[in-house]
Amino acid sequence: MITTRRLLLAAPAVLLLPQASRASPEAMTEAVQAFTRGATVRSGRVAMDISPLVENGNTVPLSVIVDSPMTAENYVRAIAVFNQRNPQPHVITVRLSPRAGRAILATNIRLATSQVLLAVAELSDGSFWSDSTQVVVTLAACVEG
Amino acid sequence: MKRALPILLLAPLCLSASAQERRSGFENMARDTQAMQTDDTANPGMLWVLEGQSLWHQPAGPAAQSCASCHQNTEVSMRGVAARYPAWDEASAAPIDLAGRIAQCRETRQGAPPLARESQGLLSLSAYVGNQSRGLPIAPPADPRMDAAREQGRALYTARRGQLDLSCAQCHDDNAGRRLAGSTIPQAHPTGYPLYRLEWQTLGSLQRRLRGCMTGVRAEPFAYGASEYVAIEAFLASRAQGMALETPAVRP
Amino acid sequence: MARVLINIPAAARRGEIIPIRTLIQHTMETGYRPGADGEVLPRDIIRRFTCTYDGEEVFSAEFSPAIAANPFLSFTLVTTNSGPVVLRWEGDNGFAQTETREITVA
Repeated sequence: MITTRRLLLAAPAVLLLPQASRASPEAMTEAVQAFTRGATVRSGRVAMDISPLVENGNTVPLSVIVDSPMTAENYVRAIAVFNQRNPQPHVITVRLSPRAGRAILATNIRLATSQVLLAVAELSDGSFWSDSTQVVVTLAACVEG
Repeated sequence: MKRALPILLLAPLCLSASAQERRSGFENMARDTQAMQTDDTANPGMLWVLEGQSLWHQPAGPAAQSCASCHQNTEVSMRGVAARYPAWDEASAAPIDLAGRIAQCRETRQGAPPLARESQGLLSLSAYVGNQSRGLPIAPPADPRMDAAREQGRALYTARRGQLDLSCAQCHDDNAGRRLAGSTIPQAHPTGYPLYRLEWQTLGSLQRRLRGCMTGVRAEPFAYGASEYVAIEAFLASRAQGMALETPAVRP
Repeated sequence: MARVLINIPAAARRGEIIPIRTLIQHTMETGYRPGADGEVLPRDIIRRFTCTYDGEEVFSAEFSPAIAANPFLSFTLVTTNSGPVVLRWEGDNGFAQTETREITVA
């Protein structure tokens, strides 16, 4: 008879990270303010797509799409993604020209643990918009220590 | 709407019936991870397939022969090959797995420097050859000389080992489909090797995976290339006979 | 040279929005992870990606260590004229790679 408790002994701690090096909600806010140069960020226009339940934090598909006509007069200049609990609050920043055609970005990111993610878009009129989401990273059983 | 209802009601019954059937680890994965595998433009394992394709056509050794010099028309000549391994090796009078065969071919036929187990070169070539059989059923050779290895593999698979005193079968037969921490325990069918494991953040062989399981139960793993691994590989292939190859698979 | 996988249509109509998908082989060592000897491995990541087309930088990205190993990127561009689409990755330890794909616009 095997018990869950016994099997769990086989799992070394996931992603050992020194506590001191972790990002925090405050560090994330600071990073966002550096990106927006202190401007107000409104909620909306940005849609982040990421699985709410992640089976391995090493490679997590993420996409961000911003509602914009992407014309020379009205386009998205930049999209940045931030997190609360990785070693660093910044994930990625992309810069776009109207000739990108769509304000869309897809990549794979790392998540050290369950946390809040924030995507912020800078529009050509100088306004900033955002979307945030809570992601749960499940504990993997069979990690290679 | 009304017509759809009986089908919906049947769904739970179908699920419980299929739970007894063989399932690739693919079935247990989150939709995002499945999508990463099935889309060749997003599957990181394809980077190794591409590398393997380039190595396949690259001359090596004193006679400047490439794999393709002998195995021309790779898409045809190598199709189905990976599905038949491990197989009997006449030269060593022992079973050999696909990576072993590629390494042997390179050393004895091309006269090129040996490729170590789990080296980028051998993984890439294995991924390229494996990819030629994607979608084909696993077809272990009927060769009776393989029987002893398959039996040894079965014995190793069912033997308790390590400080946790667990056998492969206790997780992957007795508790397959149940959860261990956040993960569903798969049935351990070798359908996608070498595969890109998110946990590894790279491509790895079935032997690497077996070693991971062994250290997981706190057992001393065998050395890479050990006959014990080839025996387990042969047993797992016979157990997965008929299941479709997915190389390069993606797993969490 | 790192192995790259680039998916970009070879031909398109003028004004069409086309998808570009890229994968590049790179460990993206975070700088936070201990190696086999217990010492933290130094950071080694791709820091910057650019896509230049028809005389303009259409899309660029700055990566932090939170970008997964073997970075994947997907984005779009609007076709204007036939010519090269130049993709460039730059990173730590002098990492630099440029890939060019020709696109025919009709």
